[in-house]
Amino acid sequence: MNVIIKNGHVIDPSNKVDEKLDILIAGGKIVKLGKAGSISSPDAQAVDAAGKLVVPGLIDMHVHLREPGFEYKETIATGTAAAKAGGFTSVCCMPNTNPVNDNRSVTEFILSQAAKEASARVFPIGAITKGSKGEELSEMGELRAAGCVAVSDDGRPVMNAAIMRRAMEYAQVFDLLVISHCEDSSLSAKGVMNEGFVSTELGLRGIPRSAEDVMTARDISLAELTRSRVHIAHVSTAGSVDLLRAAKARGVKVTAETCPHYFALTDEAVRGYNTMAKMNPPLRTADDVAAIKAGLKDGTIDVIATDHAPHGMDEKSGEFDYAPFGIVGLETALGLSLQLVNEKVLTLGEVISKLSFNPASVLKIEKGTLQPGADADITIIDRDLEWTVDASLFKSRSKNTPFNGWKLMGRAVRTIVGGRV
Amino acid sequence: MSLSSKDLLGIKGMTAEEINLILDTAATFKDVSERDIKKVPTLRGKTVINLFYEASTRTRTSFELAGKRLSADVINISTSTSSVVKGETLLDTARNIEAMKCNIIIIRHPCSGAPEFLSTRLQSAVINAGDGFHEHPTQALLDMFTMREKLGKLAGITVAIVGDIAHSRVARSNIYGLLAMGANVRVCGPPTMIPQGIEQMGVEVHYNMDRAVEGADVVMMLRLQVERQTAGLFPGVREYSRFYGLNRARLAGAAKNALVMHPGPMNRGVEIASDVADGTPVILDQVTNGVAVRMAVMFLLSGGTKAEA
Repeated sequence: MNVIIKNGHVIDPSNKVDEKLDILIAGGKIVKLGKAGSISSPDAQAVDAAGKLVVPGLIDMHVHLREPGFEYKETIATGTAAAKAGGFTSVCCMPNTNPVNDNRSVTEFILSQAAKEASARVFPIGAITKGSKGEELSEMGELRAAGCVAVSDDGRPVMNAAIMRRAMEYAQVFDLLVISHCEDSSLSAKGVMNEGFVSTELGLRGIPRSAEDVMTARDISLAELTRSRVHIAHVSTAGSVDLLRAAKARGVKVTAETCPHYFALTDEAVRGYNTMAKMNPPLRTADDVAAIKAGLKDGTIDVIATDHAPHGMDEKSGEFDYAPFGIVGLETALGLSLQLVNEKVLTLGEVISKLSFNPASVLKIEKGTLQPGADADITIIDRDLEWTVDASLFKSRSKNTPFNGWKLMGRAVRTIVGGRV
Repeated sequence: MSLSSKDLLGIKGMTAEEINLILDTAATFKDVSERDIKKVPTLRGKTVINLFYEASTRTRTSFELAGKRLSADVINISTSTSSVVKGETLLDTARNIEAMKCNIIIIRHPCSGAPEFLSTRLQSAVINAGDGFHEHPTQALLDMFTMREKLGKLAGITVAIVGDIAHSRVARSNIYGLLAMGANVRVCGPPTMIPQGIEQMGVEVHYNMDRAVEGADVVMMLRLQVERQTAGLFPGVREYSRFYGLNRARLAGAAKNALVMHPGPMNRGVEIASDVADGTPVILDQVTNGVAVRMAVMFLLSGGTKAEA
């Protein structure tokens, strides 16, 4: 069934397109783009995008889909439904499932579940080490052959530098991106929030910014040593931003992502022992937020990803110390990221890039563009739609968000995966 | 006048007026414990639950006596022998207790924020008997009561708090209370035990104990809390007691007739030399005053006003 998207304001940053165009889709691919009204396709289903933005389908390269093993928090079906609602046509799912995705059978299970039930494309990320224990390399060749696009032990750091070095060397054989969760667990110890004045007042154990910075520095150095590609996950500190900026200036093959909560909130959000503000790395200070924004603006931070981490309400209820780390993010990411345009931190095109083309190019997957021949993964955004976040309406199985009640402007109104409207 | 909140969760945010109300009310209850028949009918028919998730001798007994001397029915729950060992959550535990129609729940818990969590979900008055390293309001109140009784005032006095400030709820509550009452507060310990940003509360930070104690009207020693420490905060008890322990020589640098205080239990020979501990009765006065202060708190939270006390 052919589809024609009419009258939309098309923004395709990688092809420098920013104008009113119609898009013709056939066989799940983009056939052509043309000035509004110039494409005739009488048998095509028309989608009217007047007054809306039409952009490459958004890609979230850091999501926890929780299946297999933690289906009470989220499944591939519910997580991808949340993705689609948030405007994402592709997600990469982290391997800290149960069992850990460190072998072909788990990867194949995830992909077969996705084929049956997913509303968005699923790209699995395999583990760096067996069981993500940080001791022995996983069989990366097998993981790549089974369909993984990257490796990460996310949730945990690879504490042993020698193992991380070997992982970076070995991953190159299969051109697998190594995604690093930067945290020195001897410094973060039993911390539950950023170490600072707020943690002192609340009487909670803190995670110092150095816990992230020392590992960012380490992994940059290892990337230089091994001449490999490394991607730093969920950057939260000014220190990491400074290290990344200097590393890129030296030509190190390092990329980085941050999450909307690291530019929308500070550790003040924890006051009142708000478990919805508990995640790892934790919310930091206003200085860090400013540095994150500067890093987004000057390109030091390439990607905005969500680190969507669903948890059951019972788990997040009760003593702050015992609540698991993490918040959901798929359904609020776009609205929060668009605020950066209002704040003049990024242009609209830059926000779109950081949510589509940039993650695609970091992962080396052919997505994030709207040229003829590309997959018809398209997101239609109503930039002027004011809406209030209501967690009870989330498509995600979990509702653990600190943004409940926030008024945001801009929302995906239609998410097209492979030409299916 | 009465207290502004249905609960006592912490000293932070309390006004000098509220603190004075509690201390003045405690003064009138103190003599009840001196009588032969240590009983007044003030809270007769009220039910008080001590819900202790952490071991305690002093605080729990003090709250129990305070409740009983006010004629309340007091029940002690120690979670090691309750359904908490079967995995019952904090909220379910508290709700079940409340369903038995209790007026006051006194909670001590290893996690900061646990009393606050309960206070917004229960109708009962919640009294914080110590939560993690956050606050221990009745301890600070009895400490201030003791200081006021012995020194005649709180405004303008200098109090040095020495020890593991980072992990101390007693330190935090005392800092908030003493600053609200116009005292000067110095905190002292090795840098490993001084939490980030504490100077923003308005206290002086000292790493040198002789300097911290110099001219102080009160020296409050905190127990070296071995069970709350992660490795590496200090090299050992020998060095700690040498540089951060209170002995006669160091005490000589404080003000004449300075008070030596300790929330208890003491590690004799570690943070406080035995002869100093035995040479100062104030530490035991703190315990006596604790019952009176806790009687005052329970009375005021039950709707009592100062005039009735």
